[in-house]
Amino acid sequence: MPMMALTGSRVREKRLALGMRQAELARAAGVSASYLNLIEHNRRRIGAEVLGRLARALGVEAQLLEAGDEGVLIEDLRGAVAETGGAGAAELDRVEDFVGRFPGWAGLLASQHRRVTQLERSVNALNDRLTHDSYLSQALHEVLSAVSSVRSTAAILAETEDIDPVWRARFHGNLHVDSERLAVGAEALVAYLDGSETAEEQGVAAPQEEVEAWLAARGWHLPELESGDPAALEPEIVGLASAAARAMARVWAARLAADAAALPLERFRAAMAGGDPGQVAQAFGASIPAVLRRAALLPGSLAGLVICDGSGTLVFRKPPDGFPLPRFGAACPLWPLYTALSRPMQPVQALVETAGRGRRRLRVRAFCAPELPRGFGGVELREAVMLIEPSADPGEALPVGSTCRVCPRVACVARREPSILSETA
Amino acid sequence: MAAHVLLIEDEPNIAEAIRFILTRDGWRVSTHDGGSDAVEAVRSARPDLLILDLMLPGISGYDILTAIRADPATEALPVLMLTAKGQGRDREAAERAGVSRFMSKPFSNAEMLEQVRALVAR
Repeated sequence: MPMMALTGSRVREKRLALGMRQAELARAAGVSASYLNLIEHNRRRIGAEVLGRLARALGVEAQLLEAGDEGVLIEDLRGAVAETGGAGAAELDRVEDFVGRFPGWAGLLASQHRRVTQLERSVNALNDRLTHDSYLSQALHEVLSAVSSVRSTAAILAETEDIDPVWRARFHGNLHVDSERLAVGAEALVAYLDGSETAEEQGVAAPQEEVEAWLAARGWHLPELESGDPAALEPEIVGLASAAARAMARVWAARLAADAAALPLERFRAAMAGGDPGQVAQAFGASIPAVLRRAALLPGSLAGLVICDGSGTLVFRKPPDGFPLPRFGAACPLWPLYTALSRPMQPVQALVETAGRGRRRLRVRAFCAPELPRGFGGVELREAVMLIEPSADPGEALPVGSTCRVCPRVACVARREPSILSETA
Repeated sequence: MAAHVLLIEDEPNIAEAIRFILTRDGWRVSTHDGGSDAVEAVRSARPDLLILDLMLPGISGYDILTAIRADPATEALPVLMLTAKGQGRDREAAERAGVSRFMSKPFSNAEMLEQVRALVAR
């Protein structure tokens, strides 16, 4: 795959900035020093795989080497316009000019946008909580009722000078009962709020994102599971911020442990080198989705993985190098993932090409295996899995995007909504 | 003859306080605890004003309000609704159902008198 000529210079720049020697970087990335030297002087084109390894060794995203800092920033700002619309849309064609001339301001804008998105989610989560949390709403009702009674009754006692002694005694009695009730209600409310509403658990990150961030931080591979010991992960899982994320992480750990048991690491790696997932599944007596998951989550794997449920909702995202996955909302309807979802038990494979800057060619393999957790009489659950690997195949590729809003393919027949890039593409 | 206020409220102490305040202000007050025969009680009492709590144990204040507005005999009855969650969707729903005024708990006694006086000309 051709890369921009300057990618090599960026690699060199980054290496020098880190004070790394050429030989060191070459060793870390698994290439020869002389080959790296040619790359750095832009005398060799860099394939996606080597670029990914160099990026990892330099501790940066491959996209950054490819497009420079500005590339990532430009994508972020486009995303901001896509989500918020507004006046920015009219000046979208000048975003590169803006980023080039005012990198500081552009960076600030992008980080503000991220912050706003985070806060919006937090507000929605809290809103949901007040609306749907029946315990909280009942506890508040109880407290407000007691306060109402206390307020009215106390005012009567304070303001009615000629109050009949019988009435006075009665109101004193009511006041006493209601103040007790108020104390109990307030205590219950405090205990409830203290117990469940830790600062992190305010829905700042969606639970799925928390789990993905955890796995990403672990390099998408959990050695603890290779020895069949998911319990060893418990201390880390307990550290996740929300209860929902902890529950999801446990489900994942159990699933990945089962995959690891069915597909032992070294044998699986050897079988997959040049092997086909279908044949590997056959050889190991494992399911095809398990093979696809395992392949994407091998140590150091550059492959991406997406999983969707029957509604098309992405329930797992490991982004491959150079293929942006949407963080919110629905993905590109042309993804072979969805083809597989609608054709259970049929293998779907395709060569796809991503849209926009730095087009990538990727080989994807998708498969959907229905499950019948309640037996023949129950509902059929579908989950489709798609393995995404970099490819150098020059053949005809299916053009796909990330999600319509930021996809520059104006004339795409599968388009769901206009792209913010339409005017400039 | 004093104007008649019917109060539908399941909290006995709140009902007692309201009853005391309004009685001293010259109203005739009867109360109902919001049980299943609340709508029937409104029809037979034929009050000049209804004070209705939104959150009743067996039935929602909306349902009572809707039934009252649907009956020609009571459709014009002024209704003051009491609520412990005074805003947003609840208020909108009650407004659609035809509430005359709203008052959030905890209210002050002066507010209560002001609202009641504004709703019924004596």
